[in-house]
Parts: sequence; structure tokens; C-alpha cells
Amino acid sequence: MAFSIAVQEQDFDVGREYGELIFGDTAAGAVVFFVGRVRDTNYARDVKSMSLEHYPGMTEKILQQILDEAKSRWKLIAARIVHRVGELHVSDQIVFVGVTSVHREHAFQAAEFLMDFLKTQAPFWKKELTGQGALWVEENSKDVGASLRWNK
Amino acid sequence: MIRVVFLAQLREQLGAAELDVPVGQIKTLADLKTYLLLQNSSWSGALSNPKLLSAVNHAYVKGDHVLADGDEVAFFPPVTGG
Repeated sequence: MAFSIAVQEQDFDVGREYGELIFGDTAAGAVVFFVGRVRDTNYARDVKSMSLEHYPGMTEKILQQILDEAKSRWKLIAARIVHRVGELHVSDQIVFVGVTSVHREHAFQAAEFLMDFLKTQAPFWKKELTGQGALWVEENSKDVGASLRWNK
Repeated sequence: MIRVVFLAQLREQLGAAELDVPVGQIKTLADLKTYLLLQNSSWSGALSNPKLLSAVNHAYVKGDHVLADGDEVAFFPPVTGG
């Protein structure tokens, strides 16, 4: 469980994920986690719900590769990515990224890196149901920029 | 056979989720696209979108790529998860 991923329809429990990340671990002095949620507005459109699609098989492979890359760049003790798929509503949790390390610097950086790469590499697609109809979410240039800054 | 998979908005635009294509003369990703367009001329707009990404056997590929019998090729728009 030290480095693991999950792609699932069901919700996740942040407390439980945290508990599992640090279970039996006395070395990790730093834990950083990020939770992404469905917000009610996107590009001035009212979002009612969204459906999240992915490419089974490739998604898991890419998420594992992203974890491996983070592991090679920073001194991490454990890391976990959980990403939901299917129908999600406003305020629902979408994604969990958790990282533990001896000191906070590595945990903070790795968590940001994982999210930036997940957003630009992992094959997920959002389709929003808005007041203006159903719309596929467009690629965000800010996300692309955020991901590029990690290029060595 | 080569398994071809279309995802997300591209799947809706083409009205197809997946199809099996006989290898025949198809040696590369470019050959496969040419074949798909010959079979379905109405796909040219959506399939020519320069932003489309491709993956062979669940790994991203850029530019042209050699294909083999049994490969799974996916075409999809830029990803928007997280």
C-alpha cells in the first residue's frame, strides 16, 4: 500500500485514506494531501453535475507511472492517488492525492507534481451538465503550463 | 486485427466507440488513419483535429508509429481530469 492508486465510482473517505497512508509509519514527519471537488461554476457556467469518463487500463498505467516518477524525484515514504469516475454532483469529491515524507518540502512538491501531471496526462474527461446544456470540458492552458514547469 | 478505440467527445462526434480493423496493408498509425477516413469520409473533420492524442497499447505515442497485429490504438481529445 505504500504507493497505490485507485480508479473508482464510489466516494472516498479522506480520514481513512490518511490513516492508511501513515499506518505503522514512524518516520514520516510530513503528510500533504489534496482533494479536488466539483465546483458550482466553470467559465461562468452554472454546473449542475458532471460525468467523468476514463480509458480503463491506460488510466491505471499512467497513474502508476506518475507515482513512479514522483518517487524517483523526491524522497517519499508513501503516496496514494484516488480518482473517481461516473456521475458526480456539485460538492462531490473527485480526486485525492496524498504523500508522506520525512520532511514537508518533499511532500509538498511531490503532491503538486502529482496533481499537475495527473491533470495533463491521465486519460480522464469531464462532461458538465450546465444551465446551457451538456458540455465537454476543454483543455486548460493553465494546467498545461503548471505541468511544464516540472520538466527537467 | 487492430482494435481501435475512440473516447470522450471524439466518440460522440464519430458515433463509434470501438472497431476492429484488419491489419491488411496497415503498417503505421498514419496508415490506420488513412484507412479509417477511406471507410468513413464523414469522420475527416473530427479525426483531423490536430489536438487529438493517440495511444498504442495504453502508452502515448507522438507522430507516426509502427503498428502490429493485436495492437490497441486509441484516439482521444486532450485530457481534463483531476
